[in-house]
Amino acid sequence: MLTRTLLLGAASVLAMASFANAETLTIATVNNGDMVRMQKLTDDFTKKNPDIKLEWVTLEENVLRQRVTTDIATKGGQYDIMTIGTYEVPIWAKQGWLLPLDGLAKDYSKDDLLPAIRDAVSVDGKLYASPFYGESAMVMYRKDLAEKAGVTIPEKPTWDQIAEAAKKMTDKSTETYGICLRGKAGWGENMALLTATANSFGARWFDEKWHPQFDQPEWKHALKFYVDLMKEAGPPGASSNGFNENLALFQTGKCGIWIDATVAASFVTNPKESKVADKVGYALFPTGGVENHGNWLWAWNLGVPAGTKKAEAAQKFISWATDKAYTELVASKEGWANVPPGTRTSLYANAEYQKAAPFAKITLDAMTAANTSKPTIKPVPYTGGQFVAIPEFQGIGTAVGQQFSAALAGSMSVDQALQGAQALTTREMTKGGYIK
Amino acid sequence: MARATTTRSKVIFTVIGWTIGFLIFFPILWTFLTSFKSEGAAVATPPQFLFFDWTLENYREVQSRSDYFKHFTNSVVISVGSTLIGLALAIPAAWAMAFSPTKRTKDILMWMLSTKMMPAVGVLVPLYLIFRDWGLLDTRFGLVAVLTMINLPIIVWMLYTYFKEIPGEILEAARMDGASLMKEIVYVLTPMAVPGIASTMLLNIILAWNEAFWTLNLTAANAAPLTAFIASYSSPEGLFWAKLSAASTMAIAPILIMGWFSQKQLVRGLTFGAVK
Repeated sequence: MLTRTLLLGAASVLAMASFANAETLTIATVNNGDMVRMQKLTDDFTKKNPDIKLEWVTLEENVLRQRVTTDIATKGGQYDIMTIGTYEVPIWAKQGWLLPLDGLAKDYSKDDLLPAIRDAVSVDGKLYASPFYGESAMVMYRKDLAEKAGVTIPEKPTWDQIAEAAKKMTDKSTETYGICLRGKAGWGENMALLTATANSFGARWFDEKWHPQFDQPEWKHALKFYVDLMKEAGPPGASSNGFNENLALFQTGKCGIWIDATVAASFVTNPKESKVADKVGYALFPTGGVENHGNWLWAWNLGVPAGTKKAEAAQKFISWATDKAYTELVASKEGWANVPPGTRTSLYANAEYQKAAPFAKITLDAMTAANTSKPTIKPVPYTGGQFVAIPEFQGIGTAVGQQFSAALAGSMSVDQALQGAQALTTREMTKGGYIK
Repeated sequence: MARATTTRSKVIFTVIGWTIGFLIFFPILWTFLTSFKSEGAAVATPPQFLFFDWTLENYREVQSRSDYFKHFTNSVVISVGSTLIGLALAIPAAWAMAFSPTKRTKDILMWMLSTKMMPAVGVLVPLYLIFRDWGLLDTRFGLVAVLTMINLPIIVWMLYTYFKEIPGEILEAARMDGASLMKEIVYVLTPMAVPGIASTMLLNIILAWNEAFWTLNLTAANAAPLTAFIASYSSPEGLFWAKLSAASTMAIAPILIMGWFSQKQLVRGLTFGAVK
């Protein structure tokens, strides 16, 4: 018995030793459709690179953020590649937590990246993460309902036009609501929409000296407009609706207009999931008196933490996953409609993609219209579109989001919510040393 | 007449009992049902109870995307391992506190419990650094160690209350007959406390199985148990309820089955002492 155990042990040690030659990359990622597809296609990579093994750690977005932040801040070295958003990239790069991507494959075409996205993941001209898919925000609406209601939505609508159309499309007797917008509190949930909306109304988070601006008329105008519109033409319980809840409502035909991330277009036009797949029209994010389409810009990117010992292999993988050849690989296996959108200019020039994705043009227009270095008309000390790119924003954004969600739910007035937001933001910014 | 009242009240209590039982069980039932729905049906309003197109698609998808058995094995090793080590440490401790108390015993017990009062996230970074320096990150051994420490106060407390119920005279008698300390614990105390030890063990396995803070934060790919497996099916962009339900059903099934078979032991242990 003992001999047998010893033999088994020796055999497993030998087996482990033979594996030791292969380098294992641990990749942390979120559970979004495009990432799941990437995991399924990794055979292509491992065939080309037999000496690299891949281990995936998929986590829920907030868990992932907490998990990788702990690891990267302590240089724990648990991950070799991390999936991070455009919010984290500049902050982490400045902290020295990310390695600059200067070892990407020779044929990696950096110039092909959409300029807005490339800038969002670069610091001092150096790429610190490679975008995997990107998005802006736009209007998605039901062409059939608009026609029935006798309204047309132009390609560049104003908020007033949206409000009028939404009210006319609403028919509460059939549970059809004119407009579905995010209401669930969170810096990445309702505050993404509301910050972009505020931008489009000419409001800003902070003035040049980092003083919060919730006491200014632009914010009041934007928030009051949102709350009034949602009360009149929105679904019940909207204060707990986020991206997924609105997606479900729109797909089941309960919304006339949905304004959200451009990536939603590929879901609502998928006939397997959506009842309204062939009835969706698109328009740019509305403007509210100033020429500003909200400046919503987001991308999920692959970055290499400074704590890794396998930077070379990690960059090999990133080159594979985010270059043009990967797009073609997805297209050949799963069709053009399923390629990760919003990162490369060449994709939008591709006739086959344009045919497969009727929302391609408007997505590109929305993304090129976004300017994260000048999010709103008035001058600001920060960058970022639907968020403010400072480390404190996660906390402040969520706390302000709770106030605004409460205003939508009716448990406090718009004025009270703005006062609350002003007070708490002033407190946090003073504590953070921004306000002297 | 009295007889009729008894029957009626029996019926009423039975109905109330079943209703409460059903309400408590309902979320699990709903998760189970949702795991057989398509993503669209899972979010349909009004909710569909039994009449939908039943599908195994979610289970297939979960199977093809994750290595269930790796996570399952990790969960078993971590929960059973931490419980057994915890018991080995706690039985002598509880014995000492129950049968040879000093004037500080109560304080020590309170102090042990007080370690549970700090929010876990408060010690995340220091512990993470220790784990990093000792090379324990993403290892089963590291998780067994941390869960043992976290659950140790509860194990000691539970065993202490059970041991207190056992008359010290019996142990004294054994001592009079010449039993050594070890023999006294192994042959006299333990057999009498088996229901208590068993229920402590079961409860701790359940606690460790469901522990979702440390198991998520201290693991990556190798030692991740079923909690990480569930966490991978929630999505910020895209519907996920049906797949998440399938993953949850697979994650709770083993512990549910274990609880089912050992419910007699569990209930007996949890009410141990109360009926005396």
